[in-house]
Amino acid sequence: MHKQTVSRRGFLKLGGATAATVGLVAVTPQMAAAQEEVAAPNVALPYPDVDLTDLATAVTSEAPQYFSYPDDSSPCIMLKLGKPAPGGVGPDQDIVAYSVMCTHQGCPLNYDAQTGTLKCPCHYSIFDAELGGKMVIGSATVPVPQVELEYDEATGAVRATGLTGLLYGRVSNVL
Amino acid sequence: MTTINDRLPIPPTNAAKSNLVCHFCIVGCGYHVYKWPANKEGGRAPDQNALGLDFREQQAPLLMTLTSAMHNVITDRDGKRYNIMVLPDKQCVVNKGLSSTRGGKLATVMYNPDGLTKERLKHPRLFMGDEWLDTSWDYALAIYAGLTKKILDEAGPDQIMFNCFDHGGAGGGFENTWGTGKLMFSAIQTQMVRIHNRPAYNSEVHSSRDMGVSELNNAYEDAELADVLFTIGNNPFETQTNYFLAHWAPNLDGTTIDKKKEWFGEETDGVAGRIVIVDPRRTPTVSISEYIAGPDNVLHLDIQPGTDNALMNGLLTYVADQGWHDQEFITASTSGFDDMLAANRLSLEETSAITGVPVEKLQKAAEWMFKPRENGYRPRTMFAYEKGVIWGNNNYSTIGSIVNLALATHNIGRRGTGCSRMGGHQEGYARPPYPGPRPAPYIDQEIIKGNGQMLTVWGCNAFQTTLNAEQYREEVHRRANIVKEAMAQALGATPEEMVDVIYRAVTEDGGLFITVIDLYATMFAEAAHLLLPAAHPGEMNLTSMNGERRIRLSEKFMDPPGSAKPDCLIAADIANAIKALYETEGNEEMAARFSGFDWKTEEDAFEDGFRRAGVAEIDSQGGPTGDLVTYDRLRDMGNDGVQLPVVEYTDGKLIGTEMLYTDGKFSTDDGLAHFLPTPWGGYGKIVEEQKDKHRFWINNGRTNHMWQTAYHDRFIPFANDRFPLTPLELNPDDAAELGIESGDVVEVYNNRGATFALAYVEPAIKPGQAFMMFGHHRGIAGDLVTEWVDENIVPYYKGAWADIRKVGVISEYKETVTFKSRRYV
Repeated sequence: MHKQTVSRRGFLKLGGATAATVGLVAVTPQMAAAQEEVAAPNVALPYPDVDLTDLATAVTSEAPQYFSYPDDSSPCIMLKLGKPAPGGVGPDQDIVAYSVMCTHQGCPLNYDAQTGTLKCPCHYSIFDAELGGKMVIGSATVPVPQVELEYDEATGAVRATGLTGLLYGRVSNVL
Repeated sequence: MTTINDRLPIPPTNAAKSNLVCHFCIVGCGYHVYKWPANKEGGRAPDQNALGLDFREQQAPLLMTLTSAMHNVITDRDGKRYNIMVLPDKQCVVNKGLSSTRGGKLATVMYNPDGLTKERLKHPRLFMGDEWLDTSWDYALAIYAGLTKKILDEAGPDQIMFNCFDHGGAGGGFENTWGTGKLMFSAIQTQMVRIHNRPAYNSEVHSSRDMGVSELNNAYEDAELADVLFTIGNNPFETQTNYFLAHWAPNLDGTTIDKKKEWFGEETDGVAGRIVIVDPRRTPTVSISEYIAGPDNVLHLDIQPGTDNALMNGLLTYVADQGWHDQEFITASTSGFDDMLAANRLSLEETSAITGVPVEKLQKAAEWMFKPRENGYRPRTMFAYEKGVIWGNNNYSTIGSIVNLALATHNIGRRGTGCSRMGGHQEGYARPPYPGPRPAPYIDQEIIKGNGQMLTVWGCNAFQTTLNAEQYREEVHRRANIVKEAMAQALGATPEEMVDVIYRAVTEDGGLFITVIDLYATMFAEAAHLLLPAAHPGEMNLTSMNGERRIRLSEKFMDPPGSAKPDCLIAADIANAIKALYETEGNEEMAARFSGFDWKTEEDAFEDGFRRAGVAEIDSQGGPTGDLVTYDRLRDMGNDGVQLPVVEYTDGKLIGTEMLYTDGKFSTDDGLAHFLPTPWGGYGKIVEEQKDKHRFWINNGRTNHMWQTAYHDRFIPFANDRFPLTPLELNPDDAAELGIESGDVVEVYNNRGATFALAYVEPAIKPGQAFMMFGHHRGIAGDLVTEWVDENIVPYYKGAWADIRKVGVISEYKETVTFKSRRYV
């Protein structure tokens, strides 16, 4: 599995916890303990930075890559769309990543490469993977959370640094 | 990004919990409201929060439904702020924990002075000269009541017109239909009323009722039990979403096979249900049904527009000739079969020529649905129809032809069958009898002709939803402006003097005084002179019934904004203000007509109307046993409520009626269902003319994202950004020929009007056809619809033909709106 690290931002938010260099699974409990404030919807949570360079190198339009973010219980997909897309990174600005838990009831979304959509097999919602995870049709009330990616042109490194929107099955994206 | 939305507050264990039935589509899904102080929250451990969920861990799929759209922060009139969370009720028999994209936003649409709904009307508003000014209820009522009385005294009730809601759910319900009905029909005694979605006071299902078949005669559970689902002019995945997902889909995928065998033994096919879909368009429902049931178990009868009547007659003729009708039932429980058959006879070949459906496909549909099985058992076929035929070609004849076929094959009154409309919004009708004739006056045409001095537009918006809408809007604005100019010149007028000014304008100058009573300043409000702010469910207690006659109590959990109030109490305020005027001048007879509105709460209106239907002359969907239903008893019944009519109250429970006509006795004087001759009659003349003139059939209807006129949704980015202009689905070859791409703005125009739409190139659409969203606030499909109506003044909204041309490109829409196919497969 690719190496995961906790960002300095996340580290500071942890208040000096000793988790700075361990994997995300181990990070989770400490983060939960630190999460006591009343919800503030306009303040971003302390997301980990995760290096996805290996996946970004491997991803092709035929071979989406699967990973977890911001922790191991949140499955995500990385796509190479072949054309620039909102939130897209990489040399062609066409690498995007999304949660694959349907925001309606959490069923695993299937990627349909032919149409560039994420489809829910439970209640048949369709989300546009080429347009920020917007719902095309269905029962959801919010788009599919998109993983915020950062790209370093000099090194070609791709990192996940955050999420737009709340993941299914949580009251906070960071457990 | 302005809102991050990656964290929600947690309802604490002591959060207040109440019941709320979704006030959008007819299905009426059950929801729970959690409310707690804005500065508090519960913990993540299951024993620390009201949901009993362990938020220290990722929840498994299908375990919960909770999004940022399901949360809001509201402020009550005492100034205290609260979190609210509105979540689907997992135990409710209707939705079984599912939320739709509409109901999932019930929290979002509640009033928040800093939020998306901040445009709600808070206080009465008067248009003074060139601006809207907030005013007091007393001032507003002095003008409204004074003018009503003056017109009533001088010209009589026919000059006092209403466009009024007639439904349950948002703004409607038994309380509010009663309050408005008592004001219009008992007090003012006007017949000049049109209903929210049609230009007269009539039924969408006159023929079914005339035949003795109430239009909501089965239960949602019957869809789980049917051998074949027969859906006509209906797109339930989008428009009755959780009825489809919770009750149809489990039948189509075989989940309910065991249940069917348990209920019916040998008298079921014992396999997954099949579905026959009548619709000219390949709808998202067709697509999803094929995915769920497999293409072999779906028959899509893609008829020519408006030929449903011929299809039904052809199927009926074939069934009768094959001997597949139920003669025993016909003899025992019906009348007029032979005459009907003689009048309606249509061979499969003729039917195929009219409908465009091949004979073999017609035969196959008939075999699936009506051919007795080897053991002699007659298949259970559930008929479900809606706006495709209700707003289709000749409503009366077409719906009659559907009911004929259902009756002839005994698919009414047996479990697993039924012949019901699907419905749009919930229902909740309790009113004094309508004082006008049938057919009722065509109110829109009366307004266009210059009749009516005062128009009250109550919880509806014909500007976006009527037929021949462009001419209607032009005339309303023209007449309203006469009054606006007169009012603008009345500087310093008292309310009494202003009444005189308005009265002169409406009597001498052809003006029309318009009052809009609604949640928001709607498009119709642009023509209005007075706005009165209303409340919706959650801000008042409200009872409605869904498409299986299931009544529930939606409980009040917050205050309406400002001084807004429930419609029934607005009606009472109006009646009481008029009554006081008559008392002042000593007219006891008229004062008595406006009495009986001394209601303090919406429950008082429920007691006065719904509960008295057995002892007073009241047309109520609760029937004469309405007195058994009380708020307390409904509260105890929770989100499951009870199916009307209620039979008894026993052991602390209300016992209702799951299915009507199981005893073979119908709603007629002789108890027999009456077959109705419904021969195929083609199209109306003006429709035919339009059809011949223009290239595209402009089919129109709903999408799941947007509710009704988008009165809330136009403020909610998730919905409005999806369809910032009304979408128009177009065949790719047609689009290419016209140089149109997805995301282009197009003009749709014909001999009645013109409007704009956002092109959406869609391979599922046939050449020569287009599908346009109806009711949208930007791009009005009704502008293209002729004024043609059937014998009961029911429009043919779906019957518009027009031409299409490219206007240009709004790059923002092209870049931000998704144009992916809305078909799952």
